[in-house]
Amino acid sequence: MYNGGKIIAGLIIFVAFFTFPFYYNIGKADTKPEPKLDTPVIQSLPASERHCVESKEFMRTSHMQLLNDWRDTAVRGMDRTFNGMNGQRYYISLQNTCMKCHSNKKEFCDKCHTYMGVKPYCWDCHFTPKEQFIPKEKES
Amino acid sequence: MSMNRRQFIKLAGISTVLGIGGLTAVDKIRAQSVLETPPAAPDASTVFQAPTALKAKRWGMVIDMTRFNNPDLYRKCITACHSIHNVPDWGEKKDEVKWIWTDDYEHSFPDSENPYMPEAMKEKSFLLLCNHCDNPPCVRVCPTQATFRRPDGIVMQDMHRCIGCRFCMAACPYGSRSFNWKNPRLALKKVNPDYPTRTIGVVEKCTFCTERLVKGLQPACVEASEGAIVFGDLEDPNSDVRKILGNRYSIRRKAELGTKPSVFYLIGGAENA
Repeated sequence: MYNGGKIIAGLIIFVAFFTFPFYYNIGKADTKPEPKLDTPVIQSLPASERHCVESKEFMRTSHMQLLNDWRDTAVRGMDRTFNGMNGQRYYISLQNTCMKCHSNKKEFCDKCHTYMGVKPYCWDCHFTPKEQFIPKEKES
Repeated sequence: MSMNRRQFIKLAGISTVLGIGGLTAVDKIRAQSVLETPPAAPDASTVFQAPTALKAKRWGMVIDMTRFNNPDLYRKCITACHSIHNVPDWGEKKDEVKWIWTDDYEHSFPDSENPYMPEAMKEKSFLLLCNHCDNPPCVRVCPTQATFRRPDGIVMQDMHRCIGCRFCMAACPYGSRSFNWKNPRLALKKVNPDYPTRTIGVVEKCTFCTERLVKGLQPACVEASEGAIVFGDLEDPNSDVRKILGNRYSIRRKAELGTKPSVFYLIGGAENA
């Protein structure tokens, strides 16, 4: 093999470069996102009422379907009351019901959404509790 | 290594079968361990209308122009609506977004020109808004059904589905629809945190305050109008709007177009009608 040393050195450098992202992210990508539930509103609820509109397991896997259903029934249908878990009733509104309890969008919504790389466009229109007075300056 | 055609086909066949079988096996294992079936929603969960919500067969509005004698009253109605619904104020006509606004008689009722009508009425500003037509041309042209007529007569706009084609704006003979040329949040000095804004590239208009009706409240402009605007069910002969329309002469904007508007204007006193 001509120039064997150079080729092997080159190969080693190439392999090191190519696999760098894998080494660099070892252990990181596996860290499970932990959405936080410690908002003042949730903390102030008595333990018996400290639940979402549906079970935790259902919300974890299917909140997007529920939110789509809520959106359609509120905007396209006429009904805006939701009969939730344990027969408790909720006003169907992302801004006025969901975000009243989950007032920590960054620690709650964004945690998993960033991890999964999904970008829901809810916040283009709907306000979140903390940033409601800061207009987005991106578009001209 | 040399290989004849027979050997090659054999090898290809075996590796294909192995490949497919291998993948299927992997998928099966994955399906069992990782992708558990999501828990179904409990059966009791349903969606319904709150008992306190205002209901009607066809919502309509009567605007008594004889009671609009003070410029402040127009402003009060417009501000009430625009502040509640986070309607941006761009300060220039080009980017204007409006749900409720004013114009003079000549431009509001171009078909009913009358040179000898009372001067006071001729020069008056008329309070204009979406007419929530019974036969809405905007709904007919919308390619995505983002705008639609609800069973109670309200012509609603679904911002989630609007693609910003502006066909509805071309179709509406009343100019009730506005397009968001810019991000509306940039033009809001104060926001109502209970109501969303819109985004750049969608069309918006008056909704007859659907979000207030479900809570049992009258529309914002009606509440601010000190009794000059009456809102009610046009299909109910005993409703306030029907009683007024039965007693006094009323006109509608461009009714000859066949859109069947649901907003009525009173332009004369009861004694003259």
